[in-house]
Amino acid sequence: MTTTPTRAGTDAPATIAGRVRRRLNTRWATAASIVIAIVWTIPTFGLLISSFRPEDQIKTTGWWTFFADPQLTLENYEQVLFGRSSSTGQLASYFLNSIVITLPSVLFPLAFAALAAYALAWINFRGRDWIYIGIFALQIVPLQMALVPLLSFFSQGVGIGGIDLLPAWNLDDEQRFIQVWFAHTCFALPLGVFLLHNFVSQLPRDLMEAARVDGATHPKIFRTIVLPLITPALAAYGIFQFLWVWNDLLVALIFAGGGDETAPLTVRLAELAGTRGNEWQRLTSGAFVAIVVPLLVFLSLQRYFVRGLLAGSVKG
Amino acid sequence: MAVFVRPRKAFVLAGVLSLAVGATACGSDDGDSGRADSPECAVYEQYQGNSDTEVSIYASIRDAEADLLEQSWEQFADCTGIEIDYEGSGEFEAQLQVRVDGGNAPDIAFIPQPGLLNRFAQAGKLKPASAETKAMAEENYAADWLQYSTVNGEFYGAPLGSNVKSFVWYSPKMFQEQGWSVPTSWDDLIKLSDRAAADGITPWCVGIESGDATGWPATDWIEDVLLRTQTPEVYDQWTTHAIPFNDQRVVDAVDRAGTILRNDTYVNGGYGGVKSIATTSFQEAGLPILQGECALHRQASFYANQWPEESEVAEDGDIFAFYFPPIDPAKGNPVLGGGEFTVAFDDRPEVQAVQTYLASGEYANSRAKLGNWVSANTKLDLANVTNPIDRLSVELLQDERTVFRFDGSDLMPAAVGAGTFWKEMVSWISGKDTAAALAAIESSWPS
Repeated sequence: MTTTPTRAGTDAPATIAGRVRRRLNTRWATAASIVIAIVWTIPTFGLLISSFRPEDQIKTTGWWTFFADPQLTLENYEQVLFGRSSSTGQLASYFLNSIVITLPSVLFPLAFAALAAYALAWINFRGRDWIYIGIFALQIVPLQMALVPLLSFFSQGVGIGGIDLLPAWNLDDEQRFIQVWFAHTCFALPLGVFLLHNFVSQLPRDLMEAARVDGATHPKIFRTIVLPLITPALAAYGIFQFLWVWNDLLVALIFAGGGDETAPLTVRLAELAGTRGNEWQRLTSGAFVAIVVPLLVFLSLQRYFVRGLLAGSVKG
Repeated sequence: MAVFVRPRKAFVLAGVLSLAVGATACGSDDGDSGRADSPECAVYEQYQGNSDTEVSIYASIRDAEADLLEQSWEQFADCTGIEIDYEGSGEFEAQLQVRVDGGNAPDIAFIPQPGLLNRFAQAGKLKPASAETKAMAEENYAADWLQYSTVNGEFYGAPLGSNVKSFVWYSPKMFQEQGWSVPTSWDDLIKLSDRAAADGITPWCVGIESGDATGWPATDWIEDVLLRTQTPEVYDQWTTHAIPFNDQRVVDAVDRAGTILRNDTYVNGGYGGVKSIATTSFQEAGLPILQGECALHRQASFYANQWPEESEVAEDGDIFAFYFPPIDPAKGNPVLGGGEFTVAFDDRPEVQAVQTYLASGEYANSRAKLGNWVSANTKLDLANVTNPIDRLSVELLQDERTVFRFDGSDLMPAAVGAGTFWKEMVSWISGKDTAAALAAIESSWPS
């Protein structure tokens, strides 16, 4: 009797994740994912082709006619990047504004959310759960509701019954970056605290207790144990926040204004087509200039992104 | 990932950034106001005394036109020392409301909708114009215009730029080749359309798609026809809802517009049948004229910007426009148009000085010289208007026989003028019965 009774080791993996992975590894699944990827990329590809076509071609024919009658030009990029009048782009300076807006708007919420998440998860104080529930509930409030109150908070200060509790901030020109940072940080914190709290509270209790026994204080534990361990989560949330701030139009439009001192790329892009929308061929190249940075960020950090997403869910 | 591991670095970085930003803010202040005595500043005598002040202006004009705008008041700013901080945005209407509510209103806004102006005035947000501004506006603009920025007897600001909507675009070359002449009456226009259709050229190109404002070009058609079949007084009653929206006279006007818009032999050159009107974007709608696929396109003077750069817009060029002819000679020469109004949210002296200056003849000429601009300012010298279509517009606006009326959908409450009127016109183009469409708009009028 030399039959092999089971092939369980290869046929039925122990975990759900293993089974899912196996099923997704078939030829059909691969073919389907390639088809989906192609279909999803076609519009972007069309935009890329359009951005190299001459103005009258863009305006009269679809991008697919490019293959029958290829005409290439860099004029759109030239107009958008180096145009001499302010009307034709000068995206370079707005690029800088976008970076100045985005970096602090990512770093502040990251820092605050990590600290808050640690405190809510590992420091015992009364009402801790209620504070956490409160922050969690704030995610439900759409940020559009806060725009006008926040704007009047900046421009008029806070007063109750004629008594000024906080004076107006009176920021103008470049100082208005502070408003944007403040607004983005406010709007980002509920989700940030929630995400990082879930992550931080999953860390093993033994680790914390061992550190405590060795005499580590909360700042010490946070810095030497928690931060290194939650790096993937921080990176994942950082990418989220980065993409959101970089692509944001609404918050920037209201708190930074449309002046060339503070307006980010998105605000400039929205105006690039002209008062009557008659210069929309510039949007094609403008859009590509604007997505270079998010693409770089995403590609260079994508392994953290995937790890951070998976770390909280399937452990396989 | 060093940044994330050592958060102190992040704070240092943020700190350095904000310092750098602060430093540039300090560096950009340069006071240049010592030119008040030079000879070219003599005309700005009455605005002096406000040097080293700043006035912010917010409007929907952006891109190339915003550049011209900023150039047009450069000399004024140099001479008076008033720094004008201009900002244009495509989200102007919504953003203005947010900024005003948030206590962050601009000093001056150019509002293109009298309905919106009215709302801000009623809410007490606008400051009435100063006596100087009022005198300047009354001297330079016809009463037809000033009524739109007067709310409850209080005058809030002068018009600035204008556009004329009563234009039909055509190709002078095509007309010459075919031996057609520019029609001067509605009957001629219909005869011309029939003739073009018989010659195998679809007479009309129409497109009303315009993103979330789809339908507005059709409302202009209705308004233009109503102004030509009824007296201006009836038109005013219609826009203020003194008569129902679906008054029989309006129904007749819509039906008359329908004899062109919903006529499959007349539309839609280069695009298809009547139904293609709703899906053709207004920016592209007229372009088939250049290919000889249609002959006529009714659209405002600003459509001049849509033609490709290589086609010449002139009376003997590739493309030009004629005045949308009158239907009833007894109604004179009605002109439908639009424009923006200079209103102030603050009454500091420098704000009032800028507001007065923008209403003046000097400003109108200074802006007109830069090109691509039309104003109803009577001090505007035709010699300064070089662009042929702008010149035609200015001639129309300054003509004494002209009866000017503002685009009705900008006068109506937003729920109608920027809502149901647009939507029902799209349904109407798609085949909805005239009476039913107008009744639906009537029932949506806010009480």
